[in-house]
Amino acid sequence: MTVVDTPEKLQAKDYASDQEVRWCPGCGDYAILKAVQRTLADLQAPREKTVFVSGIGCAARFPYYVSTYGFHTIHGRAPALATGVKLANPELDVWVVTGDGDALSIGGNHLLHVLRRNVNLQILLFNNEIYGLTKGQYSPTSHAGTRSPSTPTGSVEAPVNACAFALGSGARFVARSVDTLQKQLPDVLKRAQAYEGASFVEILQNCIVYNDGVFGHFTDKATQADAQVHVVHGEPLIFGKNRDKGLRLNPKTIELEVVTVGEGGVGEDEVLVHDETNLRLAQMLAAMEPPHLPVAMGVIYNDPAPSYETLVHQQRREVREKNGLKDGQLPDINELLRGGYTWTVE
Amino acid sequence: MEGSAALRTAHKRIELEHAVVRFAGDSGDGMQLTGSQFTLATALAGNDLSTFPDFPAEIRAPAGTTYGVSAFQIHFGAREIKTSGDELDVLVAMNPAALKVNLDEVKPGGLILVDVGAFGDKNVQKAGYEASPLADDSLKAYRVVEIDMSRHTQEAVKPFGLSKKEALRCKNMWALGLVYWMFGRDRSATEAWLKGKFAGREEIADANIAALRAGEAFGETAEMPTGVHTYAVPPAHIDAGLYRNVTGTEAMAWGLLAGMRLAGLEMTFCSYPITPASQLLHALAGLKQFEVTTFQAEDEIAACAAAIGASYAGKVGVTSSSGPGVALKTEAIGLAIATELPLIVVNSQRAGPSTGMPTKTEQSDLYQAVYGRNGDSPLIVLAARSPGDCFEVGIEAVRLATRYMTPVIVLTDGYIVNASQPWRIPDFNDYEPFPAKFATDPEGFHPYTRDAETLARPWAIPGTPGLEHRIGGLEKQDVTGNVSYDPANHQKMTDLRAEKVRHAADDIPEQTVEQGETSGRLAVVGWGSTYGPISRAVHNLRAQGHGVSHIHLRHIWPLPRNLGELLGGFDKVIVPEMNNGQLVTLLRAELMIPAHRVDKVTGKPFKISEIEAAMRAELED
Repeated sequence: MTVVDTPEKLQAKDYASDQEVRWCPGCGDYAILKAVQRTLADLQAPREKTVFVSGIGCAARFPYYVSTYGFHTIHGRAPALATGVKLANPELDVWVVTGDGDALSIGGNHLLHVLRRNVNLQILLFNNEIYGLTKGQYSPTSHAGTRSPSTPTGSVEAPVNACAFALGSGARFVARSVDTLQKQLPDVLKRAQAYEGASFVEILQNCIVYNDGVFGHFTDKATQADAQVHVVHGEPLIFGKNRDKGLRLNPKTIELEVVTVGEGGVGEDEVLVHDETNLRLAQMLAAMEPPHLPVAMGVIYNDPAPSYETLVHQQRREVREKNGLKDGQLPDINELLRGGYTWTVE
Repeated sequence: MEGSAALRTAHKRIELEHAVVRFAGDSGDGMQLTGSQFTLATALAGNDLSTFPDFPAEIRAPAGTTYGVSAFQIHFGAREIKTSGDELDVLVAMNPAALKVNLDEVKPGGLILVDVGAFGDKNVQKAGYEASPLADDSLKAYRVVEIDMSRHTQEAVKPFGLSKKEALRCKNMWALGLVYWMFGRDRSATEAWLKGKFAGREEIADANIAALRAGEAFGETAEMPTGVHTYAVPPAHIDAGLYRNVTGTEAMAWGLLAGMRLAGLEMTFCSYPITPASQLLHALAGLKQFEVTTFQAEDEIAACAAAIGASYAGKVGVTSSSGPGVALKTEAIGLAIATELPLIVVNSQRAGPSTGMPTKTEQSDLYQAVYGRNGDSPLIVLAARSPGDCFEVGIEAVRLATRYMTPVIVLTDGYIVNASQPWRIPDFNDYEPFPAKFATDPEGFHPYTRDAETLARPWAIPGTPGLEHRIGGLEKQDVTGNVSYDPANHQKMTDLRAEKVRHAADDIPEQTVEQGETSGRLAVVGWGSTYGPISRAVHNLRAQGHGVSHIHLRHIWPLPRNLGELLGGFDKVIVPEMNNGQLVTLLRAELMIPAHRVDKVTGKPFKISEIEAAMRAELED
């Protein structure tokens, strides 16, 4: 099960473990696994310093299939456990793999806090808008009206938008991609890995058994050009088969709207330019949905701040310095025990 | 303390072997500080002592109400002191509510010092009295001394120009001064402490010192009523050595740090605030220069999960809580059992079930610790018997968790963590190191091979080249650690997990007898904070010629290997515990001995007399 390192350049296949992959044939997870392994190869990530941590669900089987260190934990708690890993050893590169139920239902609290703390992790949320491993119940991201074994006449709940949740939680790196975007996905993953804090990547993933085609209206080849906008920092928010559609801010409604460049006197200068450090813009982009607006793909928000574990260990170093401790010097336990009032009994 | 000796002894103090004093007042009256200062002065005077802080759950309950009463009890003596005392010799009651709540604890003929300045109609009503108890004969069983401490304090601090509110805040020091006079205590340590505490606000420090001195001077000069004396409690015969006062919380923090040093590891301490466990987080958060990183998690589950993540990455994950919080951690503890990682869970027990009585003590999480998880999920359970013992148990927890790659639950309780006792400071150099080993050799490495002696699996931490592997909560194949649903493998892994924890029994000391013979008519078996009252009660009965023995467990699971044989040598076994009979059930089930239960769940520690009565009943039966 352990592949011994060789000095040659690592290929994507070198990041595959010896375990047989057991997702359903045609599951979107295969494509994501491939993209992640390619990303690791592109980064030449040292396997011994890379850790995949997951919760419970179909997506959570992910660590078994990667030849790095891996920890398949308990439902919803992967962000908390990964926080412990990073606190213990900030040198490790830690990826959290989770699903919509794992991250936004049972683990919603942990996701909120890991994001606001800005723990240096890559959090990949595979969103298929359904519970797969428990056989098809509606999930917190299922749209209202989803028929499932637990909602035979349709769900009545409003879904949560994962990227909007992340931004609301204080995440400072938020991106979105799709399992089938094999060209774009590794680039997004590399950006996420480069960000030194909690990077949140929602990956829309097709569940072929319980929710097949749920994203088809904006991911199918025929529709995607007009129904997705790929956001790039510093470039105008233009999309469409003919690259003639753009996003403009309507100052009266304070909402984004789609305009066709060149039509009705609309010039390209009216189209918004993506600024990934702009939180307000990110919030609007993350919330966009068809049919009136395209779905935003790519790095929606990226506004770096020091990571949690960096600050924690910086404080520790400062306290050590104040106590006059040199590098590697351990404070005296006997002195600790004898601090404060003591008295001697003869 | 003497009850009826009416002789006024202005110059000669009456000598006492031991005494119990309780300071009681409103939560805002500073009773905990007052008690701590009296404790310090008493320790410096050479007495042995034991304390019992008793405070309300409300942070600031409405002033004057019974549920806002905060108290601090101290039992001190010229002999070894093992409990905070059954009955009060002296009650200092700063208001009617404090009198009402604590009156039952005062022994007949005991002394009650009341601040009549706080006995106005409003306060009397707030305490639920129809009329002032000072005006009728409801207190005739006691010696009541009425002093207008409020007025005396205000006069004493007049030169410092404080507001009335600030001036009245000094009355706890006035009361303390009076009690210092009564027991002949040296106030210099308290004065030094006040100067430090109010550094930068000198007028407050000076006013408090003035109040302290005025209280003492009042005792010396005022005409005291008949029956009020001054006392001397001579120094106790205490083992020679260097001493300090320590609470269970402090000793646990230091014990864990000492354990880390002996293991050559760092601690990642992850916790979520909960009464009465939060102080351990506070203590360790203030010791960042040591081998500890602290993490206040978003909830109990996250705290436990983060601790496990830290252990996975090569630190020792420690989490701390009280019963309801440990309940939430349960699933994660199971993960640590399945993945066989070190984890320490400190449970400062409190009265349950559910939220129960957060500030009141109990020992009712023993079942939870030993059995309370899904699946067959064995781990190691330890219990600390006293504040100072927390140091030893903290070290032992680190040793067993790292040596056996297992979670260890450490049981303390609300009494131990808050109470303080004089502690003979050990020399850390006397402790044997137990350096932990990480796996490093890729040759033939598998995550679930086992050490021949301990049955522990290798600790292979991320960052180690060639040892990349995957673990998780799914059942694992023996040796390889791959996911396995094979029936025979699950049987084998279940057996191995149980066997590993049972193996630890070979690595812990054999059970010894605290007091008395190793066989005989009656053994009293205890665990945790019942140590004090059991020890004194057994001592008392032995002094009267009864053949009783005291056995006290530190290792709850696995049980010491000789315990069955040892208890088999007694005609009768009783188990006093602050729950509805948990250890007794465990002993009956595991050792098949007919142990009898002696239970108490009032939120208060056992009285010595209660355990004496239980022993007498068994001996007469």
